[in-house]
Amino acid sequence: MSKSPFGIESPMSRRRFLGVTGAVSLSAALAACSNSSGGSGGSGSAGGAAVSQADIDKAMATPTTRTFWTWVPNIQSEVALFEAKYPAIKVNVVNAGQGTPQYTKLRTALQAGSGAPDLCQIEYQYVPTFTITESLLDLRPHGASALKSKFVDWTWSQVSGPNGEVFAIPQDTGPMGMLYRKDIFDKYGIAVPKTWDDFAAAARKLHAADPNVYLTNFAANQAAAWHGLLWQANAKPYTVTGKSTVAINVDDQISQKLGAYWGALAKEGVVGVEPDFTDSWYAGLNKGTYATWLTAAWGPAFLSGSAASTSGKWRAAPLPQWDASAPASGNWGGSTTAVIKSTKNPIAAAQFAQFLNSDPDSAKLFATKQFFFPATKTLLADQSFVGATPAFYGGQQVNQVFADVSQTVNTSFQWPPFLDQVVTDFTDTVSKALSSKGDVVGSLAQWQSRIVSYAKGQGFTVQGS
Amino acid sequence: MSAQNTDPQGTGAAGPLFVAPFLALFLLLFLTPLGYAAYLSLFQHKLVGGTTFVGLQNYVNALKDPLLLHGVGRVALFFLIQVPLMLLLALLFALALDSGLLRLAKVIRLGIFVPYAVPSVVAALMWGYLYGPNFGPIAQLGRHFHVSTPNFLGNSWMLGSLANIVTWEFVGYNMIILYAALQTIPRELYEAAAVDGAGPWRIARAIKLPALRPALTLTLLFSVIGSFQLFNEPKLLQQIAPDVIDSGYTANLYAYNLAFTGQQVNYAAAVSFLLGLVIVIVSYVFLYVANRRRNA
Repeated sequence: MSKSPFGIESPMSRRRFLGVTGAVSLSAALAACSNSSGGSGGSGSAGGAAVSQADIDKAMATPTTRTFWTWVPNIQSEVALFEAKYPAIKVNVVNAGQGTPQYTKLRTALQAGSGAPDLCQIEYQYVPTFTITESLLDLRPHGASALKSKFVDWTWSQVSGPNGEVFAIPQDTGPMGMLYRKDIFDKYGIAVPKTWDDFAAAARKLHAADPNVYLTNFAANQAAAWHGLLWQANAKPYTVTGKSTVAINVDDQISQKLGAYWGALAKEGVVGVEPDFTDSWYAGLNKGTYATWLTAAWGPAFLSGSAASTSGKWRAAPLPQWDASAPASGNWGGSTTAVIKSTKNPIAAAQFAQFLNSDPDSAKLFATKQFFFPATKTLLADQSFVGATPAFYGGQQVNQVFADVSQTVNTSFQWPPFLDQVVTDFTDTVSKALSSKGDVVGSLAQWQSRIVSYAKGQGFTVQGS
Repeated sequence: MSAQNTDPQGTGAAGPLFVAPFLALFLLLFLTPLGYAAYLSLFQHKLVGGTTFVGLQNYVNALKDPLLLHGVGRVALFFLIQVPLMLLLALLFALALDSGLLRLAKVIRLGIFVPYAVPSVVAALMWGYLYGPNFGPIAQLGRHFHVSTPNFLGNSWMLGSLANIVTWEFVGYNMIILYAALQTIPRELYEAAAVDGAGPWRIARAIKLPALRPALTLTLLFSVIGSFQLFNEPKLLQQIAPDVIDSGYTANLYAYNLAFTGQQVNYAAAVSFLLGLVIVIVSYVFLYVANRRRNA
């Protein structure tokens, strides 16, 4: 099942825009709601007047078709559950590309003022990129606040705005852990590393024992993994205050500790640094070149599909720790469903976003059909999910490992409002230093200064510089 | 009787009428977007603060932008190395085919031309696989014979690897242009030269090459444009070598990244215009040199 949030893009399917459907008649009646809830986002704690149950009932009984951009394969099954409950509402699922290509199209449509969908798949790290342009609808007036207790705390803080707005509903997650080859560990007498010091020692030991094997591949290009590890180390690389003030700290003590750590291992040549999700990388995982994969909770299902020849040899464990007495982790991947503010039918769209991800049947289907790692507390405690014993992992309860990890993910990590640029700058500086086994700590300063100058150029006040 | 004699004023109206469809499309599809891009390049859009008119500030910034200058420098180097090689190969193939001495000339002609028919996206992916340092066939062959192969996707080889892909793609295309030009040379000239005692080499040098000059100039112009706008190949190889091909590897790639990852559409427009200007200047210089030689 090669279905990951960072997997291969599926080809773009038909792209049909709405606009000339029966929705028009309804939209006039709802315009008032849309304006009041959208316009006042951010002011006051309630985020605009709540939509009354009568209005919701009326809207959900009025025939309409809403467009939903998502790259999730076979999501039609979950959509069907919604359409069965609300036969009047049809959801037109459009695959507009996975990740960045979809965001590019969405931004273009938003700027053009037409062609944007009603709902959109958005990864956690991109929520601030779209809230800075005020493109996402605050879902509080639609009853989203009531869902807070259903979701794991850190996922809810990821979709929350500075004034308590709810900009999206979590769908799946990627708390980070470690997948390792038990057979290789056993062969060379390596214990599962509990701390990063253990991990470094194991990397040196393993590579000395067999020069063709590396403890891990620390993909130089993978900004998402880097951020996940910063997250684990309790870094605060980005802090957004208000609408126009940011603090950038990708070169602080914690980042430098990380840079020095991985820079040294890369320089010694005891870990690989090749780009991930490439043919060569897949071959490395299949051939046992890499004894671990520092990955996220979607990794187990992904790996069992793309390294089938190694079935039974892998196990899962939490990430090595900086402080073993206070286990922590970060998140890599997973996404949300957001309602685009320009929707002509905010009630139906908001109800769909909430149903899709919080309805027990729909949420469970994501876990069993798409192999998504859940964001709801119920599922993370559901024996039929966490108790599964896949043969690929020698019968280990892999989901339980990651469910426990999810509890240790820090709730206060923030993303910058211009993530694309941050990632590009990362690739141009830190990735280069890592892959060329150069000065990684020094490259962090370059990364920092490029982000700062971009932020200033975009009119932000950058704190501390 | 033609309309010319009976209604002279009618022809006056007919001319513009015939040109109108072209002119309308030209205005709509060519000049309008160009004008719009020029207009965009005079503004600056900020995430905080919105859009403001900044005059030529974007151009001033671009001229001082080290990433852009590196990108332009790199494609200029690419142009200087790759284009002469490619045109020389195309010329050799065209002359060989035209000589009539080759067997299976049609098959060979098609074989050299086929890569041009392969979409450049497919070509880049295919070559990316061939170049692969771990299990690309070249690396595997090297390992089999215990010969170390260079890392084609590494920092020092990348530009050469790209040049190889582009050459492979476009030799056939240029060859067809040159071959077609050779076909238009009157055969009597060859007979006359042969009667005067000229061998095949002499004929190639004294008759074919001079006759090919306009066609060569044309292929050179296309190559200037192609080189300076290098985009597809680096963009695709970026997936497998993201640490070598950065966001400003070529000037066009830089403009793309500015517009679509940095959201700096206005600045990207200015960069694109400057790149266009570079292409116009380089093309003009080559045309000027070529013409002067011909007249001299």
